[in-house]
Amino acid sequence: MVMYPTRYHRPRDVCDAVRLFAAGEDATYLAGGHTLLPTMKLRLAHPSDLIDLCVLAELHGISTQDDVLSIGATTLHREVADSSVVRRWIPALAGLAASIGDRHVRNRGTIGGSVANNDPAADYPAAVLGLGAIVVTDRRRIAADAFFVSMYETALEPGEIIRRIEFPIPEQAGYAKFRSAASRYAIAAVFISKRGAIVRVTVTGAGSAGVFRLRAMEQALEKDFLPASVALSQIDSGALLSDLNGTPAYRANLIAVLARRALGRLGEAQSYK
Amino acid sequence: MVLVSLKVNGALVSREVEDETLLAALLREHLNLTGTHVGCDTTQCGCCVVHLNGRSVKSCAVLAAQAQGGAVTTIEGLAKDGILHPVQEAFHQCHALQCGFCTPGMIMAALDLIENHPGPLTEDVVREEMEGNLCRCTGYHNIVKAILSAARAMRPTEAAAE
Repeated sequence: MVMYPTRYHRPRDVCDAVRLFAAGEDATYLAGGHTLLPTMKLRLAHPSDLIDLCVLAELHGISTQDDVLSIGATTLHREVADSSVVRRWIPALAGLAASIGDRHVRNRGTIGGSVANNDPAADYPAAVLGLGAIVVTDRRRIAADAFFVSMYETALEPGEIIRRIEFPIPEQAGYAKFRSAASRYAIAAVFISKRGAIVRVTVTGAGSAGVFRLRAMEQALEKDFLPASVALSQIDSGALLSDLNGTPAYRANLIAVLARRALGRLGEAQSYK
Repeated sequence: MVLVSLKVNGALVSREVEDETLLAALLREHLNLTGTHVGCDTTQCGCCVVHLNGRSVKSCAVLAAQAQGGAVTTIEGLAKDGILHPVQEAFHQCHALQCGFCTPGMIMAALDLIENHPGPLTEDVVREEMEGNLCRCTGYHNIVKAILSAARAMRPTEAAAE
């Protein structure tokens, strides 16, 4: 497969990347490239310019400060999965990263790329929304609740660059995923976190508008943080995807099962076994 | 056009290529290293796996320009002075190939696993970690045996645990 011609750029810094974006006719940022390049090969995308963000060291790395775990946008899935810092403070996030794609994908794919793309079956959006994270860009700080707009749609403006994601460290978090046997993408996956009295429950892979919160289940779990608090009646199947992987009713049931599983593996770096 | 300079199997090479050239195309078409196979070309089968800076990547989903300044190892870079690499030797001994098309990617993926996986390599771990590599002959059983055998040869602690 042959891509349409494009121009590849190595920006000097974030400002230079923004300048290159503005100068391009139909420019796009390139991170790990594991969605963008296959899409370009299928000729479903043909950007005039590719601006490689992975050359920018300032966008890379993992750190903690004052109950916040910060992950740079170009940090690889493998680096998050293997990080002793992530494993110590948010093991569910390390387990989530370890479950993405396969080991070669994890050696290239980045957290910023995944979050900016907002694939309705991607894993990271569930954690970003499920931990109430902040998406820090080159121009502002965006709360996760305002970031994910719809399938493949985010609050990012044209040319805006994610610098890092700031995750408040929860007391407890768990992630449970049910994968398509063929694609390994989530047919449904549930991320649950608890921080003080606040519980967040998010679902990816199953929503007809991408990742979303299950407010009714959050309220039930805030009263009693136990698997027995999960009920099918808390899930509105009207908002769920219908495709060859399953009907909305099937997915609703799956979400309840996965929510109980996520509660059963709080603090574990494991997501689908 | 973009000038790409990188190390391939230890030798420094430079080529001027079209910006959209994939690493797989640079290796196969510009450097004549056709041991790296392109199977699905949709980033799913793992036949094109090579190592970039010591980690396995699908070379059909990496631009040559992204490998600028890096170090690439392909299947051609494993054997030394006519002596097969331990992973190649294990694939040979265990008859871990049928048609052979997926073999270069399998071997490069197996080597990444043996060198970089932090924990012990059990059969379960190998089967799970190799899920990015497809064998169209479905000859997985001997592939797994070969990887476990190579791991015993390359990881002294694993051999001792037997």
